[in-house]
Amino acid sequence: MSAESLIILLYVLVLASYLGFELIAKVPPTLHTPLMSGSNAISGITIVGAILACNELGYTSTAKWLGMAALVLATVNVMGGYAVTDRMLKMFKKK
Amino acid sequence: MSLLISIAYLIASVLVIVGIKLMNKTKDARRGNFLSAVGMLIAIAATLVQVQLVTYTEIAVCMAIGTAIGLYYAYKVEMTQIPEMVALFNGFGGLASVFVGLSDYFLRTQTLNEEMGAVIAVSIILSILIGGVTFTGSMVAFLKLNGKITGSPITFSGQHLLNLLLLLAFIGASILVYLTPADPLFVYVITGVALLLGILTVIPIGGADMPVVISLLNSYSGMAACATGFILNNNVLIVAGSLVGASGIILTQIMCKAMNRSLTNVLLGGFGQTNAATAADGPAIVIKEVGVEETAMLFDSASSVIVVPGYGMAVAQAQHVIRELMEQCEKRNIQFRFAIHPVAGRMPGHMNVLLAEANVPYDKLVEMEQINDDFANTDLVFVVGANDVVNPAARTNPASPIFGMPILNADKAKTVIVSKRSMGKGYAGIENELFGYPNCLMLFGDAKQTITKVVGEMKEM
Repeated sequence: MSAESLIILLYVLVLASYLGFELIAKVPPTLHTPLMSGSNAISGITIVGAILACNELGYTSTAKWLGMAALVLATVNVMGGYAVTDRMLKMFKKK
Repeated sequence: MSLLISIAYLIASVLVIVGIKLMNKTKDARRGNFLSAVGMLIAIAATLVQVQLVTYTEIAVCMAIGTAIGLYYAYKVEMTQIPEMVALFNGFGGLASVFVGLSDYFLRTQTLNEEMGAVIAVSIILSILIGGVTFTGSMVAFLKLNGKITGSPITFSGQHLLNLLLLLAFIGASILVYLTPADPLFVYVITGVALLLGILTVIPIGGADMPVVISLLNSYSGMAACATGFILNNNVLIVAGSLVGASGIILTQIMCKAMNRSLTNVLLGGFGQTNAATAADGPAIVIKEVGVEETAMLFDSASSVIVVPGYGMAVAQAQHVIRELMEQCEKRNIQFRFAIHPVAGRMPGHMNVLLAEANVPYDKLVEMEQINDDFANTDLVFVVGANDVVNPAARTNPASPIFGMPILNADKAKTVIVSKRSMGKGYAGIENELFGYPNCLMLFGDAKQTITKVVGEMKEM
């Protein structure tokens, strides 16, 4: 990886973290559980890495098997996380 | 083509950010979650177009299995089990990051025979470390939360020293991974050490500190995703990962502040074990018991009621009968509200979800800061399965382990009724002074059963 692309990634990291702090500090306590399960689903973004890791021909390679295992796990994380968050938020009703 | 893919990733990142932004309002939150899911879908689609067609079968199979498991569990889970489910999914995310890191390591060193480079090596090592700790740590939290292993702290002498040594071993082995990348031995070593560290750092932490632990592990899973973003040189992973990392850290801070404890104090664990001496101090507490009929009469004659729910309400599954109690009171034009302490339950916002499930409108749930001054003008406070969060010792007794913790001023109300299974102590392992107060009455028994009886009495009145 070149120094330039590392610097860009670091910029993205710092700015996105700052944005995260700003946005999440305003979430009301009522929504803390859905926030957590929703952000849990977002952390399943590793699914992108898992799909790329499956992009390997031949089942002899360790890399491929690990990628497939990662893909199953990340999919559980993503699908389950979003679904349960939606289920919870559906229940929050005002009078 | 690669420009289009980058633009798709950018759109995905924006949707995830907007999704989180919409979580700031309860009425927009569901739409926010949906937008975030759309963002995820775009990121997945933009990734799928990059892989070779022949690998689609196995990708489809893996995703189908994952989707089936995820959706089955998401729709089957009881709302009281949400904390353990979040812990479980969090652990899966962590393990996925470990596998992505390992996969990339084997791809580079065995299949492609490439140089790793310092940045890639550090990123792979970090995704294994953070992902591994997230995985086993979340599994321990999961087992503690569903009672498969004891919720009390598990401690042994030399625990912290062992953790420190393991961390040093991890650093040492990491250097060897970088120096001798072709030899997978040291990669196995760091993976094993990371997994062990996750277990050892969570076992000494007690059940009621789980809100902090889950928040922190949630943050870790985001950081692990960030690390994989550095391996793959991919911005969407970094954006999404750091949002989750920030979210977890903020929730961790809120939880620690609500207990007036530092994060270090929580993480060192063993809380509530060393307080036998302080508990023995002071005079024995004399309590007054109250029966079901009298409780119903007190509710009937009150004009304002505040309910203080705690983890015990979740255990007894009493949220639905409490809704019925609320309906009975509202029929009599009694003002009925809930006071929610930030650390009530086993994860941030746990009580809110349980009460929402029981069809309690969310504007009835009031945060501690907003309701604390109202207790003094309230006729009746009903404490259900909460203990330390209403213990006045936090205000008055500097020797108490919970001294300084912000509490709900339940003791200031005209009458307090405490629904409790028995005279057991709270998580902090100390007597609750409130129980001995002249305005405090104890309603013993299983919360769900006793409250059902109270509601029955009120219906007949």
